[in-house]
Amino acid sequence: MATEFSFPDTAAVAEFETEKMSLSMGPSHPSTHGVLRLQFELDGEIVTKCDPVIGYLHRGDEKIAENMTYNQFVPYTDRLDYLAPLANNMAYAIAVEKLARLEVPARCQAIRVLTAEMARISAHLLGLGAFGIDTGAWTVFMYSFTEREKLYKLFEELTGARFTTSYSRIGGLQRDVPEGWTGRVNAFCDQFLPILEEILGLLTRNKIFMDRTVGIGVIPKADAIAYGLTGPNLRGSGVGLDLRKDKPYSGYEQYEFDVPVGTRGDSYDRYLVRGEEMRQSVRIIKQVIAKFPDGPWYATDARKIFAPSKDKILTSMEELIQNFMLVTEGPQMPAGEVYFEAENPKGALGFYVVSKGGGVPWRLKIRAPSFCNLSILPKLCVGSMVSDVVAILGSLDFVMGECDR
Amino acid sequence: MSATAAVTTALQEKFPQVTPRASLDHEAVNVPAGEILAVLQYLRDDRAYDLLVDVTAIDWAEGVTPRFTVVYHLFSTAHHGYVRVAVNCPDDGAPAVPSASGLWAGANWHERETYDMFGIKFDGHPDLRRILMWDGYPHFPLRKDFPLAGIETPLPDAEVAAETGTTAIAAPMAGGPFVAAPGEINLTEAEPRAKDESWNEAREKPTRR
Repeated sequence: MATEFSFPDTAAVAEFETEKMSLSMGPSHPSTHGVLRLQFELDGEIVTKCDPVIGYLHRGDEKIAENMTYNQFVPYTDRLDYLAPLANNMAYAIAVEKLARLEVPARCQAIRVLTAEMARISAHLLGLGAFGIDTGAWTVFMYSFTEREKLYKLFEELTGARFTTSYSRIGGLQRDVPEGWTGRVNAFCDQFLPILEEILGLLTRNKIFMDRTVGIGVIPKADAIAYGLTGPNLRGSGVGLDLRKDKPYSGYEQYEFDVPVGTRGDSYDRYLVRGEEMRQSVRIIKQVIAKFPDGPWYATDARKIFAPSKDKILTSMEELIQNFMLVTEGPQMPAGEVYFEAENPKGALGFYVVSKGGGVPWRLKIRAPSFCNLSILPKLCVGSMVSDVVAILGSLDFVMGECDR
Repeated sequence: MSATAAVTTALQEKFPQVTPRASLDHEAVNVPAGEILAVLQYLRDDRAYDLLVDVTAIDWAEGVTPRFTVVYHLFSTAHHGYVRVAVNCPDDGAPAVPSASGLWAGANWHERETYDMFGIKFDGHPDLRRILMWDGYPHFPLRKDFPLAGIETPLPDAEVAAETGTTAIAAPMAGGPFVAAPGEINLTEAEPRAKDESWNEAREKPTRR
């Protein structure tokens, strides 16, 4: 029996009031890459207002830092941008070394650059894979995760941990690179480059991917600067700021690499910038390995900052005392304040350290790039469709562990 | 480089109340709260410090005057220099400084975070709500008088609190084994394990079953 149904006539429709709908996306939504909640006000499918709700992953890292010695905080830096812990370790160590006015040897700097660039590749691979999933391309994720796995094998061999590496120490590293490790990194790079082209080939001229990203989430240059965006998101909008080039640290000035810059500032440009950055990272890694310096891998003269070697601790009284003081009171720092930013995969990760002397910081502020990159969302999302918000989030490539600290 | 080297002197010429601030790296100035917006605008428009990288605050501990200092870090995308601008909050009890969110849209979230963590009000801020802690949270966690372990607090949702009968409890690692105490104190006290009271001379070590 067919039910009778008739559309309401126009006169009846006029009696209905149109109203805005509110929609809560997240905190556990596949496209929010962690625990970000977006509170939308929608007009049909168009976003008229967007209010990001963050803090679900807030652990009080800055408070914790005020209550422990400088080296004890290294594992907490792993958990900021947990996709590139090696880069965070390095940024934190350099910030504290600046406070101590300590110069680490060339070999230590080279190892740090090497590991930071490997972390960049690993982070961008995940960013691309997740972005692909957000826009309906599953395969990219599979390819990029295979490559990340190879990187994790190398990280494990170097640091003993795949994920939470805690590799840097104030004034040096946890340990030197293992025998033959740089050769294996080189071999990884050689096999990685053709695979990278394949991965990027899956997206770059992909009709669906381009439809989802070209002209979506356009960030004009002025907005990118006003909201304090950094990293690939800023460069995608046409600002060629890369701290590795413009404010070189840890010996980046010795290496040749190009800084990719977008032209339109849309999601597609941010994707292109990340793709090119991986090629440039491989270039840097190859140069580092080609002129890998010999010599000590920690600051040998910094006796009040870097722990003596284990065999010395077990055989010599003075070194034993020194190690005991380092462990219980922490590396001794002068009073003062420094601010240091490193070019991390997500943008400029900054540490503002205020010291009153001694082994514990008085205040440690972490300037998280993901926090600043997300602050543009209330402006960026307005006027776009809900489905485009998913593409925008994927293109911003944020990590909530870092945003919420 | 000359553009950045002269910032302190140029600022002092224009704003006589600005004083140089001790710093181990970048140029740094102290600015009175009343002039902060004018100084920031001058730095942005005339000195090309166009990127506001960070806004934060320092709590110099209870009883110290001035207690709160708000710190801005600016960067120039043109000449790649940093400058640090610090403002002491005039009132220790109800700290407040003018909001820079009119100059940089990005200051909005930074100032919300500073308010959330320190309770410093930013006058003229369009939307000064908590950002990392939940709305209605009664404390300011990064103040020095707030304990590391946290303070027991009612859950944000009254209905959930009534149903579950729980509160947001203090962290179990309070003064825990991995936390070294700062400052010039007796090593036995500062040594981390000394604070683990699960077993010591007074209480017997639990034996393995």
